[in-house]
Amino acid sequence: MELRKPPPVRRLTGDEIPAPPSTNGNGRHPTAAFALPARRAARDAAIAIDRMQVESLSVSYGNKPAVKSVSLPIRQGEVLALIGPSGCGKTTLLRSLNRLTELTRGATLSGRITLDGVDIATLEPTALRRRVTMVFQQPNPFPMSVFDNVAYVLREQASRRPRRNAVKGAVRDALARAGLLDEVADNLSHPALRLSGGQQQRLCIARALAADPEVLLLDEPCSALDPQSTRLIEDLILKLRDDVAVVIVTHNLQQAYRIADSVAFMYLGELVEYGSGHKMFGEPREPRTQEYISGAFG
Amino acid sequence: MTTATPTPARSTPKRSGSSASWRWSDRLGLGLAWFLGLLFCAIAAAIVIYFLVEGIRYLRPNLLVTNPAPGVSESQTGGFLDPLLGTLILGAMSMAVAVPVGVGIAVWLSEFGRPTGLARVAESAVEMLAGEPSVVLALFGTILFTVGQLGFLSQTSHGIVLGQSFFAAAAMLSLVGLPMVVASTREGLQAIPSHVREASYAVGKTKIATTRRVLLPAARPSVITGSMLGLGRVIGDTAIVLLLLGGTLTFQAANSTPLLGLLRGTGDTLTGYIYYNAPTGDGNQPSKAYAAAFVLMLMVLAINVGVDFVVRRSQRAVRWS
Repeated sequence: MELRKPPPVRRLTGDEIPAPPSTNGNGRHPTAAFALPARRAARDAAIAIDRMQVESLSVSYGNKPAVKSVSLPIRQGEVLALIGPSGCGKTTLLRSLNRLTELTRGATLSGRITLDGVDIATLEPTALRRRVTMVFQQPNPFPMSVFDNVAYVLREQASRRPRRNAVKGAVRDALARAGLLDEVADNLSHPALRLSGGQQQRLCIARALAADPEVLLLDEPCSALDPQSTRLIEDLILKLRDDVAVVIVTHNLQQAYRIADSVAFMYLGELVEYGSGHKMFGEPREPRTQEYISGAFG
Repeated sequence: MTTATPTPARSTPKRSGSSASWRWSDRLGLGLAWFLGLLFCAIAAAIVIYFLVEGIRYLRPNLLVTNPAPGVSESQTGGFLDPLLGTLILGAMSMAVAVPVGVGIAVWLSEFGRPTGLARVAESAVEMLAGEPSVVLALFGTILFTVGQLGFLSQTSHGIVLGQSFFAAAAMLSLVGLPMVVASTREGLQAIPSHVREASYAVGKTKIATTRRVLLPAARPSVITGSMLGLGRVIGDTAIVLLLLGGTLTFQAANSTPLLGLLRGTGDTLTGYIYYNAPTGDGNQPSKAYAAAFVLMLMVLAINVGVDFVVRRSQRAVRWS
């Protein structure tokens, strides 16, 4: 497997920015303005359908604002990457999407988020969180077997039912979707905490997929992983985006560049710029975006 | 880098690791620490060895299967079957109350704990209980269980509730074991990183389901450790046994109802038996006391080894990232 070079990180000089947008084969996307290797998302996503709408969302912790009046769409069929320097509110925005922010004491939220046209504030949080599942930065499998980690999600709250054999198919299904089945199929009762970091994270993805969600939230899923595992997970994300809307928070610009169809750049709680991956990395409108993606700060 | 990098010469050994270069005050401190460490090892070893030798000398199998009997010579006074059974019964009864209640309190304190004021009160109540001398608890028990309405837990004679029974003793002894269960379980719950809880909430599980299916199974080694430590304290307690169980050496059932009669009646445990038979006690049968102490010590040692085993195994199984 040949390794791709990361995109060059350098300040754009004046004459490089307004490179005339040429079009590729199907004439849909302008190519990037600076020489970049081919994107991993070589195939364009299927038709994107709006699943969630964030409408002027503001979140603050105590009286410290974390997200300021952000509006953006989340679509099935594409990967949305939230980028920005640390503390810019990306993770808070992500956690608002399945109402995990409410678990933080002192967090207040205004604005509206809809899922398939329904305000998520009117939904039961537990029901919402099964439709909008999340994978965290730190792989966090439960201290039980691989099988039980996934089966736990399939069962009703604290119930032991359905029985092991009844959920077996669904567990294997979820593991297969997360690309982990081949590695664990012969020993599903292996303790999850003894898997490697990358495997643990894919188990967490399997767990998140087991609920059959409409939206999958990923909070820097690869930041604790090695490049090989990162690559596996990125491939997985691109495979998943047709069936689930994927939102990924990442600190890694190269990663956003490789997999994102849409990119939202946040800075100090504000959404500075939102656009397609090509646009954002090729010809960002805002000077702050330009500076950030060229590595001037972050 | 080539593989043939020469290793740095080791001609100058580092001296910082040895205490020879330390200041004299540090060296004195180190020496004192060594001395005290060895001293306590010696004390512990002396106790164990003494009772091991005495115990092996006096322990006869028939002591375990015969009951205490009145008499003046060693051959007449029998063994300690009933006290041994009493210890087991009382330990089981106390922990049957202390473990579920303790785990419940620990879960509430660690996972819910609202309102904060109430949590703080509960916390200090448990801490106070841990520091309470058991004779005080026993005294309180004598007041509580002689109340007329609680007569069904012990014996009543001419309208007077005696207040001494396995129920009464177990109820108070469960308070002795409770703080250990609470402390250890809380510790275990707090050692679980918060991202594990979030992972469960993020797939739509409630707090209750998370606690039941993720946190408590993960904290199981701590629950077991706390229960065993609590059990160790329960079976080693004497004051409550004497005041609330009667210290009657043999079981004195309240009536002929098979189990209930026994539990409503009085009895004894190994500690009460030792108390009675100690050289300074009423019975003054030292050899019996040594043998019983040996058995009790073996039980406590077995519990400690069990705790150690559980802790070690859990450390191998669960390593949080």
